[in-house]
Amino acid sequence: MAAGDRTVLQFSTQSTANLSAKVHPLVIFNICDCYVRRPDQAERVIGTLLGSILPDGTVDIRNSYAVPHTESAEQVALDIEYHHNMLVSHQKVNPKEVIVGWYSTGLGVTGGSALIHDFYSREVPNPVHLTVDTGFRNGEGTVRAYVSVNLALGDRQLAAQFQEIPLDLRMVEAERVGFDILKTTSVDKLPTDLEGMEVTMQRLLALIDDIYKYVDDVVEGRVAADNSIGRFISDTVAALPKLSPPAFDKLVNDSLQDQLLLLYLSSITRTQLGLAEKLNTAAQIL
Amino acid sequence: MAASSAPRSFLQVAATEEVVSPLRVVQIEGLVILKIIKHCKEFSPALVTGQLLGLDVGSVLEVTNCFPFPIREEDEEIEADGANYQLEMMRCLREVNVDNNTVGWYQSTILGSYQTVELIETFMNYQENIRRCVCIIYDPSRSNQGVLALKALKLSDSFMELYRANSFTGEKLREKNLSWVDIFEEIPIKVSNSALISAFMTELEADTPVTQCDYDRLQLSSNPYMERNMEFLIECMDDLSMEQQKFQYHYRNLSRQQAQQQAWLQKRRAENMARKAAGEEPLPEEDPTNPIFKPIPEPSRLESFLITNQIANYCNQINGVAGQSFNRLYLMKALHDN
Repeated sequence: MAAGDRTVLQFSTQSTANLSAKVHPLVIFNICDCYVRRPDQAERVIGTLLGSILPDGTVDIRNSYAVPHTESAEQVALDIEYHHNMLVSHQKVNPKEVIVGWYSTGLGVTGGSALIHDFYSREVPNPVHLTVDTGFRNGEGTVRAYVSVNLALGDRQLAAQFQEIPLDLRMVEAERVGFDILKTTSVDKLPTDLEGMEVTMQRLLALIDDIYKYVDDVVEGRVAADNSIGRFISDTVAALPKLSPPAFDKLVNDSLQDQLLLLYLSSITRTQLGLAEKLNTAAQIL
Repeated sequence: MAASSAPRSFLQVAATEEVVSPLRVVQIEGLVILKIIKHCKEFSPALVTGQLLGLDVGSVLEVTNCFPFPIREEDEEIEADGANYQLEMMRCLREVNVDNNTVGWYQSTILGSYQTVELIETFMNYQENIRRCVCIIYDPSRSNQGVLALKALKLSDSFMELYRANSFTGEKLREKNLSWVDIFEEIPIKVSNSALISAFMTELEADTPVTQCDYDRLQLSSNPYMERNMEFLIECMDDLSMEQQKFQYHYRNLSRQQAQQQAWLQKRRAENMARKAAGEEPLPEEDPTNPIFKPIPEPSRLESFLITNQIANYCNQINGVAGQSFNRLYLMKALHDN
């Protein structure tokens, strides 16, 4: 009876406590595109993730490329030379992007993934493994990130565990381009600035309507009042600067006049251009 | 009757010239747009370029992928490196089933100042190898105002012929009825996405009704942007007036030369009369060795055309931003009144 010999299975969580990953929308696009173009016999796509490690420890995944691989029941073979060539090419453009991990499509982590993870951990100390479920098996597209954590029993290494880390999927750039363009399968025309302005103003109007409705509901007692929301609303309304009407009118009119001036100048310039054009090419040399 | 329905032999089909249908629309994938934006934004304000890959189908030019070019140094040996990089990238992309036909290139620009002679030269270089190529211009500074400033450009055919002949004199231009508007043709852009991507995006879209680009659009301060635009405009006007002065100088020289020629002709004629009276051979009325008969070359109008294009571009931009500002100001006024 080895009473004093109790060994404890250690999950070392300290190194991964504050590790999280941030994924840019381009990476998802890349992965989906590679998945759609994969060769017929392959079931999933494997590739490298490029990015950088931010000062607070977050892994910023910015770019990716697919690596051809062959997979069978027992073994997985990755085209290492291709991987290095692409890495070198990418780094010529952007030397700050380094390998931060690898991705594969399909839900969950399979046995072959451990080998590939091993290969990538030789290149980078703590690679991040990203899985993108293109099969939509859970009824939704899940994107998950894992790191490998060593399971140690006392002093002996037992196995490595894939532990999930929080993933930040904020699509700031995609928002900038406009989700309407990226969501549908085809858009006939890129929206002009004025159309975009219209959409934005409609959204603002919708928000204001929502707030009105909410306040009305609270006053009539239909909805329980939430103090924090009330404080937010009063802060927002108070953010409008308190200017006397004449001062405000003057401000607006001044800006309007500036813009009109610029418009006038640009119209004059265009007239000048038209004139110059006519004079230059219409003149005939006798 | 039966003759037209008989199948044509392969030789006949190969011999008939394809009618090139004019390029009507450029179809870009969302992936390409995101890549271009990322590359241009990372290196702004430096100007960067990259290659576009895709397929040329009928009257639609599909752009399905792209890759960026590294920033070129002026060194000689890096030129060869650049070509190697391109070949390497295309080879690697071929292995993962990406279309690797070059269909053009993209470049970033600052405030729309992209009409330069280099652009035209690059176009001509590409046109020699590829039947249809397009250049996509992206302006990252305008995207801070919430506008996706993406344009697809192509040189017009008539301009290309003139450029090849390298003659931009007034008469040639009048013959072809070519003015500065005709140099570049802008082609409408269509965006397409694969179904998988659109499923993902629909799902990953944030639930808030207001997005980042709305915040950008409703920003009240557009003054710095307008100021820079005006600065560029003023510089261009200076350039234009310099070109005008060159023309004026040329005309002055030309008229002076003509006056000299007339004077010389008069003198010759008088001499000839005298000689005839004296019974000698009359001298010829033309003398090609006399320097006043040397034709003065007319300066090329290419520069002035490009500058004019540039100025028109700036004016358009100013108009656009002013329109947006009007909207914002009136909105502010309405909110305040409420």
